[in-house]
Amino acid sequence: MTKLALFLGCIVPNRYPGIENATKLCLQKLEIDASDLPEASCCPAPGVFKSFDKATWLALASRNIVLSERMERDILTICNGCYGSLADANLELKKDSEMKACTNSCLKEIGMEFKGTAEVRHIIEFLYKELGPEKLKNYVTIPLDLKVALHYGCHLIKPSKDRKLGETEAPVFFDELVEVTGAKSVDYTDKMMCCGAGGGVRSGHVAESLEMLEHKLACIRRAGVDCIVNACPFCHLQFDRGQLAVNEKFGTDYSIPVLHYSQLLGLALGFSPYELGIEQNAVQNIEFLAKIYEISAGLR
Amino acid sequence: MSEELLKVLKAAGLDVLSCMQCGTCTGSCPSGRHTGLNTRRILRDACKNRATVLSDEALWLCTTCYTCQERCPRGIPITDALLELRRLAVKEGFMLPQHRLISKMVLECGHAVPLDEETKKKREELGLDPIPETVQKYPEALQELKNLLKACKFDELAAEK
Repeated sequence: MTKLALFLGCIVPNRYPGIENATKLCLQKLEIDASDLPEASCCPAPGVFKSFDKATWLALASRNIVLSERMERDILTICNGCYGSLADANLELKKDSEMKACTNSCLKEIGMEFKGTAEVRHIIEFLYKELGPEKLKNYVTIPLDLKVALHYGCHLIKPSKDRKLGETEAPVFFDELVEVTGAKSVDYTDKMMCCGAGGGVRSGHVAESLEMLEHKLACIRRAGVDCIVNACPFCHLQFDRGQLAVNEKFGTDYSIPVLHYSQLLGLALGFSPYELGIEQNAVQNIEFLAKIYEISAGLR
Repeated sequence: MSEELLKVLKAAGLDVLSCMQCGTCTGSCPSGRHTGLNTRRILRDACKNRATVLSDEALWLCTTCYTCQERCPRGIPITDALLELRRLAVKEGFMLPQHRLISKMVLECGHAVPLDEETKKKREELGLDPIPETVQKYPEALQELKNLLKACKFDELAAEK
């Protein structure tokens, strides 16, 4: 199987280290060869950097890719934003020799060269394509009796011409990975809608960003689920920390737990909620924590 | 500038002239439901070469979710075109103060969201090294990154005008 280097990005190591730990524990358990990627920076954040200056966006992204090229490993991302930025940059540089020459002239300043020998992977598409739901199921030791609102996030599957993960209105591959854990992926209104954070909107226009989030949360609450599952720490941050901000702004009382897929899978692979960092979330739903501790201890 | 608009879009492979103003983009836009973003109007302005589109703050209300681009019956790469318009706006000196701050973060520490004390504690609770294996742990690599940003003249672009 492909050798990987784990790209952490910003939000995972610097805000949600539970996702980092959960990912590392899962990869180890699944016997996937994934090393650290020392010295990597911000991907850079596609919503802002890609919106500012193409040369800078490509230079920073390609520097991260070169770090993995030097290790002769493919990059593994656990964030839709990092995936979008790095995969798009990798693709552009591989197909556009003029752009590649221009980026390499910047990289030359720091003694680097983009060769185009590494691939950029996202943990969800990697698990689906390389392992597949059937094989993954063999590793599950604790089937999870949970109802889940799955949020794909935009840049995992779009733009579809580049992602090649199928159609984008009602995809199912990620739901299959969720159901491998024993959890039920519950359909809900506007499931494929954006969380409202991307494109620099959360940072630049927070009120509008929270309005979009509130709509999403209302739809999810109506579905009556135990938790939200995502594959993007920026969506995760929006759902988790944003939920508290929504409550403050709209006088609502949302308390929906939020899990990255690595954390959900980690539970099913037998790791405790504590080591997966689930308790470190901003949303503190005691009922849910009690439930997953009971599941984890084999009490339900 | 106005002549440049369509030329730049076209040069980037982003031909918006086939837009028939059907409004599928606006009808599909999760932001437009709640905000002043009207994608159809932005496309119309771009087609008409109206440079005023660059100072339209609504450009920055797009979450880049790509739904409009996926659904456009004419196959116009709408989100990609909008990103190109943003880059032109930045070139003209437009940048939201909050975005300037994010740029500063990356220029200083290599991350848009830098490590804080609270997270260091959380990392230790999990048995992780308090400082992650990224550029923030390696001063030489951080300097290298800063040199790269300088080579791109990003410091100048992000500086207060």
